[in-house]
Amino acid sequence: MNPTMSATRIGIDRGWTEFRQSLTGPDAYSFHVLLAVVILIVLWFQRHHSLPGTSLSLATVALPGVIGMLVAFNTTLSAALVVATEREDGTLLRMKAAPHGATAYVIGASVRVPLATVLGILFILIPGLILFPHLSGAGLGGWATLVWVLVLGLLATMPFGMIVGALAKDPRTPTQAAGLVGAVLIAISGIFYPISGMPGWLHPVAEVFPYYWLGLGMRSALLPGSAAHLELTGSWQHPATAGVLGAWAVVGLLLAPTVLRRMTRRESGSSVEASRQRAAQRVG
Amino acid sequence: MTSGKGSLVLARSPGSDDAPAISVQDLRMRYGDRDVLDGITFAVGSGEVLALLGPNGAGKSTTIEILEGFRQRSAGEVSVLGVDPAGAGESWRSDIGIVLQSWRDHGRWRVRDLLRHLGRFYVPFDDRERTRPRDADELIELVGLTEHRDARISTLSGGERRRLDLAIGIIGRPRILFLDEPTAGLDPVARRGFHDLVHDLADLEETTVLLATHDLDEAEKIADRILILDRGAIRAEGSPDQLVRQVAGRAEVRWSRAGERFVHPSSDATGFVRDLFRQYGEGIADLEVRRSSLEETYMAIVAARESGLTLTTIGDFEEATP
Repeated sequence: MNPTMSATRIGIDRGWTEFRQSLTGPDAYSFHVLLAVVILIVLWFQRHHSLPGTSLSLATVALPGVIGMLVAFNTTLSAALVVATEREDGTLLRMKAAPHGATAYVIGASVRVPLATVLGILFILIPGLILFPHLSGAGLGGWATLVWVLVLGLLATMPFGMIVGALAKDPRTPTQAAGLVGAVLIAISGIFYPISGMPGWLHPVAEVFPYYWLGLGMRSALLPGSAAHLELTGSWQHPATAGVLGAWAVVGLLLAPTVLRRMTRRESGSSVEASRQRAAQRVG
Repeated sequence: MTSGKGSLVLARSPGSDDAPAISVQDLRMRYGDRDVLDGITFAVGSGEVLALLGPNGAGKSTTIEILEGFRQRSAGEVSVLGVDPAGAGESWRSDIGIVLQSWRDHGRWRVRDLLRHLGRFYVPFDDRERTRPRDADELIELVGLTEHRDARISTLSGGERRRLDLAIGIIGRPRILFLDEPTAGLDPVARRGFHDLVHDLADLEETTVLLATHDLDEAEKIADRILILDRGAIRAEGSPDQLVRQVAGRAEVRWSRAGERFVHPSSDATGFVRDLFRQYGEGIADLEVRRSSLEETYMAIVAARESGLTLTTIGDFEEATP
């Protein structure tokens, strides 16, 4: 087997191993569970608040949007965090010291981050389907839509997360940036309430980013077709969804290798030591 | 051999008919207007253990990182296993072992899992000459971590972690092993264990080892040859014995006469004592001639730089002072 193929396989195994490792330990699920519980409680109290012109509750309409939001938010943030913290703690340098190790490292991260995102979604989707029976109103075709929107969403957001992580000087930066940018995008993208309720001039802004399209795509996958009239154009806009998410994916996948290579090239014993000392000062 | 301030006689190591494993010619590194490496030249023979000894900020890590291919140099010629590390490929990388400083990486992994994982990268480079990678279990035994093979790495003590770092460095059976301050922060027992291990490795496997350290004791224990680096230039080189012998002139003569004690540093202790006896004969008692230890030699070299003096007593040293 040639070394590049071999590194790809090692990378996939690495990603799977690290995903499994993330499932052990006392606080392994706490983030996912806590987030799921909070969101489901909030939605549960809105189960009787039905949207004008439909028999659907606000909760039923919001839940797919929340899932779309989580795909974008969790993927971007965890990709950025993985890259930023593992650069600081020397993991990346350790991998770089092995032949083709940096390639396997990036592949490993690209396997592990989506797995974590999917797991996080399942924690909300499964109880959601039980609590809000109108979901899955789109049938089998809906599940197919969910899969392609999910895959495109991951591809649209993960490379950008890695780029943010690679450019961040401090592992805390991604959390702060994601918190800020994420909060704004979630607010304007019609996640918790149909976007038609937002001022019109904000629509084009929201339409530039993956949040809106992931929310829309997930609604189209999980809600009955009649719910489409709540959307801006009164339709699910699948081609536009694929187009915008696809464009983010292409740009991200073109930029990420260059940025990651540049980051990797700069790693050395003394650069990790220097960031270790910065980290020590932060704590101390 | 070029002339100029970095010029040095290349090392002769046992079996030096082969090309040296590492050769460095007039290596320079400049950050802004500060020269971190001011034209250093040295070579490491195949199978040799060389220590780069010097105070913090001497340029040791910079040198090692350039040789590892992790840092671009400003000028000079560098060859590691016949290849310029700046443009070397992954096959070259498979021949290089690096013992990194201990960080917090891979804390969730178990010892054996991580060694197996990292070992897999060397499978495509396995050949008849060298079986690669090493067997993870044998390696775990070699570094004395058998009890901890299933332990999470984050639970290891500092010394255990260091031995794991060494195991990771040699999992691919490298031709050259780089060690940068490998025992910083270890207790004396753990240090001793680590030194013995490196020793065995160099002896058994004929691995070329380049060690950067500010710890004289460590250099003396592990290295065949020591290169004293200070402020970006090589100040002296030789085996620990040679270094001491070459400054034997800086001996200290102590004696007493008529109840009074005397101490006199001398560059010609024998001549000084001869004169002393000629002058006072039987009056001399408690005579003691102490050669400088390697530590004093080292201190003399480094201190001389710091006070801006030039050393004239270091006769045969391959001096690199301007």
